[in-house]
Amino acid sequence: MRSLAAFFAGLTLGVGLIVSGMISPAKVIGFLDLAGLWDPSLGFVMGGALLVSAAGFAWAQRRGRSALGDEPLVLPARSPVDRRLLVGAALFGVGWGIGGFCPGPGLVGVAILSADAIVFTLAMLVGMALAHRGLGREPSVRGDRDA
Amino acid sequence: MGILTSLPESTMTIDWANFTPGGALIGGLLIGFAAAFLVITLGRVAGISGIVGALLPGGGARSGDRGWRVAFVLGLLAAPGLAALSGIAVPVPVAPVDWPWLIAAGLLVGVGTRVGSGCTSGHGVCGLSRGSVRSLAATLTFMGTGIVTVWILEHGLRVMP
Repeated sequence: MRSLAAFFAGLTLGVGLIVSGMISPAKVIGFLDLAGLWDPSLGFVMGGALLVSAAGFAWAQRRGRSALGDEPLVLPARSPVDRRLLVGAALFGVGWGIGGFCPGPGLVGVAILSADAIVFTLAMLVGMALAHRGLGREPSVRGDRDA
Repeated sequence: MGILTSLPESTMTIDWANFTPGGALIGGLLIGFAAAFLVITLGRVAGISGIVGALLPGGGARSGDRGWRVAFVLGLLAAPGLAALSGIAVPVPVAPVDWPWLIAAGLLVGVGTRVGSGCTSGHGVCGLSRGSVRSLAATLTFMGTGIVTVWILEHGLRVMP
């Protein structure tokens, strides 16, 4: 049942990425290209997503437990902004700007058999594993602290 | 090949031809629904880099914590099939840069999302939804470096078409 719910969430998110146009690198780069011809579409993606997601998180947090299995929510702790967070986010943004892919659209693109998405995603998975090796020296901060 | 030799031709011009507010809004609502659904049913954050990353070597997902992650990724991979069956257009994603650039992009996104503990979905949607200051800082940072990167590549180095 848990797996079915997770599958449905991934499926819905993937369809959302397709319908929104976020799987298109040109669309993403058009949004980031403030100095050229600017395509504000991704602002609408973000706005629509936040509208529903914020309501869902508010509800889940008020309940405090998962609907399936009645377990406590697994949410990242409220820790302060640190250098590691900002350095990581900065590197991610550079990669996002170069290829126009972030992790979700990369994976969805693999299933569309896009050669570009496959190359990107393989490199991304290698990058993630490399990061784990580097971060392994500080196990207390390894893993998904935020998401 | 001076980065600063060519200034942008214009300041902010809206690309009306490619602006798709309707699809963007509907797709965004679906993405938000997926994140809401996952946190309500399983109590988990729909951060794609975290869900995938934890499955990789050194990612740290315990054996009992892998099933839902695998199912979520399979759902993502099944999405184009469902979309196509539903009559939704599924264009093949094409990047504006060559493979060496794409490999660099993938490595940066992989390392960056694990070091920075999240990506567009984890920080930009879920984190902002629960009012996380860390996610706000991360989102502003990756948007900022993304904008600067595109500016350099498109208007400075003119690598992209």
